Amino acid sequence: MKRFLRTREFNLIILIVVLMIIVAFRAPHFLSGENIERIINDTSILIMVSIGQFFVILTGGIDLSVGSVIAFSGMAASMLNQYQPGIPAAIVFLVGVVIGLALGMINGAIVAFGKVPPIITTLGTMSIFRGFTFVLSKGQWVTAHEMTESYMAIPHGSFLGLTNLIWAAIIISAITYYFSRYTRTGREVYAIGGNKVAARFVGVKEEKINFIIFAISGILCGIAGVMWTSRYAAAVNETATGFELQTVAACVLGGVSIAGGSGAVPGVILGALFLGIINNALPVINLSPFFQMFIQGFVVLLAMFVNTMMDKRNEKLLLNRRRA
Amino acid sequence: MNDNILELRGITKYFPGIKALDGVDLNIRPGEVHALIGENGAGKSTLVKILTGVYTPTEGKIFYKGKSVSFKNALEAQASGITAIHQEASMFSELSVAENIYMGHHLKTGKFPGSLDWRGMRKKTKALLDDLELDIHPDTLIKNLGVAQRHMVEIAKALSIDAQVVIMDEPTSALTLREVEDLYRIVRRLKEEGKAIIFISHKFDEIFEITDYFTVLRDGRYIGEGNVKESTVDDIVKMMVGRSLDQMYPESNAKIGDVILEAEGISQTGFFKDVSFKLHKGEILGFFGLVGAGRTEVMRSIFGIDKLSNGTVSINGKRVHIHNPKDAMDMGLAYVPEDRQNQGVILDMDLSKNITLPQIDNISPGTLIDKKKEKEITNEFGSMMEIKCAGYHVNANTLSGGNQQKVVLAKWLATKPAVLILDEPTKGIDVATKASVHKFVSELAAEGLGVILISSELPEVLGMADRVIVMHEGLITGEFTREEANSENIIRAATGTTDDIGGAA
Repeated sequence: MKRFLRTREFNLIILIVVLMIIVAFRAPHFLSGENIERIINDTSILIMVSIGQFFVILTGGIDLSVGSVIAFSGMAASMLNQYQPGIPAAIVFLVGVVIGLALGMINGAIVAFGKVPPIITTLGTMSIFRGFTFVLSKGQWVTAHEMTESYMAIPHGSFLGLTNLIWAAIIISAITYYFSRYTRTGREVYAIGGNKVAARFVGVKEEKINFIIFAISGILCGIAGVMWTSRYAAAVNETATGFELQTVAACVLGGVSIAGGSGAVPGVILGALFLGIINNALPVINLSPFFQMFIQGFVVLLAMFVNTMMDKRNEKLLLNRRRA
Repeated sequence: MNDNILELRGITKYFPGIKALDGVDLNIRPGEVHALIGENGAGKSTLVKILTGVYTPTEGKIFYKGKSVSFKNALEAQASGITAIHQEASMFSELSVAENIYMGHHLKTGKFPGSLDWRGMRKKTKALLDDLELDIHPDTLIKNLGVAQRHMVEIAKALSIDAQVVIMDEPTSALTLREVEDLYRIVRRLKEEGKAIIFISHKFDEIFEITDYFTVLRDGRYIGEGNVKESTVDDIVKMMVGRSLDQMYPESNAKIGDVILEAEGISQTGFFKDVSFKLHKGEILGFFGLVGAGRTEVMRSIFGIDKLSNGTVSINGKRVHIHNPKDAMDMGLAYVPEDRQNQGVILDMDLSKNITLPQIDNISPGTLIDKKKEKEITNEFGSMMEIKCAGYHVNANTLSGGNQQKVVLAKWLATKPAVLILDEPTKGIDVATKASVHKFVSELAAEGLGVILISSELPEVLGMADRVIVMHEGLITGEFTREEANSENIIRAATGTTDDIGGAA
């Protein structure tokens, strides 16, 4: 328990509670169950994509192409739905996921076997995949009346009072948490990120791990792509532009080291929730939209600053214990 | 009152929760090389940081040229003439020699605000380098220099600010014998010029070779000082560890058995050529050589980290093909690399994960990790190595260097290897841990393991190995049994001056 009080997760929970209380002063209905559910629903996509980003960052890399993968798989799934409305939504969903997986595997192959650094690889594929999206759609949108009801119901349907979208985020969180903590490959991801050379010396195959994590990121982006387009009932070519930065921010807020090797799924979820709350809170307190971006950036930086200060304090405590 | 240029009186330094230094005295005289001796964690680094203004002492006084001083930061200490040359040279590899030397105290032309006098700096750098008889051009980029030359540039830098007190922190750890000679020459010159030199070293031969006077620290306390010429290694060791290590090296009583590992004519282009040797069960086979002789490369390629370009490797008489470390581990090899921080432990991982990582296959028969098995292995090998820690759930970065090394040993021993390759296993660890590693290694050999011990410390090789193979510039230049081996023939082979085995040019 004492250990938990010193974790980044605990810091974040405090930050989130404080933030919500502040907002509630201006707008009491912010704390209503309905609104909280809305926030979580709105943040679910960010949570799943951030978890994919988390695994890539954990190995010391970065995936800048997440937004483009979301756009392409979302567009592809929507167009399939548009032109073949007879195909069941579940199959369309799977097709979107497989496309995301394929794009992730392209990234993974370039990084693992082409030995191109992840930042360069995904900087390139970010444009390429976005370009694919335009080529595929010929610049056209898929709009609500071109989608089937069942496709648009994918995220909205509900089970035990929660939307499918929230369930997707919960299931993904649970599986990835389990994967990172209890499976051998999960352990190897941490090992590669913590110390590539030492990991190689004990027989961990770096190529395999790099390939796997980009594939995971791809799958999660594929799911996110279908969810995104069906939820907003529109597949546009600009879907999720700039989303990669939000996912990186969620990871960093959640205590994931950009250098790799440390961080955990719960932190990433909290980091994403924190961002989601800010996004939702600013319109609620009637802030001028002109200020919103500024405040968002400011609060993220402030949160990072507080977190870093706390980490420093903990590190000092740790150092003292080591010397003693 | 006396001729000390630098005097410390009762220096105490508290870090929150602990006392790193406790009433340390130090007397530094000009024209003298002063050895600062102590085990790891004795407080040497803290003391150096206080001298160079990085830390301020909690209590105590520093007298410099007879006046009480307190440095607020490293620049102040440097400006008054105290400078340190660090172990791992802290240089800017993309900048030139001249730029490095004048970093922080650039010469200015005065024509424009901030405009620098590059011509002047180059000229002065040239003069400094010539003065040190170094054949380095001022415009050479640091990245194009060897380790030894970088050290020399650091020394030139110290001279460029007219340092009166030069602190050298293990300056020879990465140098070859010849380069060490160059360093000694420069140290002697500095001494003649009346500079005071504080020389930190773990190696006794070098302390006796170059230093005049010594001060010993232990557990942050001043233990004693003395004249090097009037002291023996035993005296100093006694002061360092607080007891005499009557038996530095354990008795070897292992029975030498059959050949377990054999290399025949293995080569790796550019690193080593035509290397052949046999390792027997229960044998400790020493590999001696200077830095860059190719010993590490031989082991890395046997272990499957690098590729062999030629030759064959056999285990238990059967020819094997090892393509990656995993193959090697499956065949019973274990390789404990030299650089534990970069190649051994994973600092952000807890101890049990570190220890079980090499046999992750073993503890996760399916895809899931068997936590119970993980715990059993950790407990068994963690306690065997006597790792001092708050529990096996703590991250490796909370441990001291010596204990991190024990974690690395534990993780490899846990794989139950038949052949253990140790690359400089005692480098940079203190005398007491060293002795326990030595004891441990000979116990393993007694149990029938074949051990390859790469070491650059001659006494260690002579004391531990049943047989010594010496390498020089990628070739085997000598092989000696325990009885034949002595420091003279080993050094001759290691420097390529031997003539009994051909090929060393």
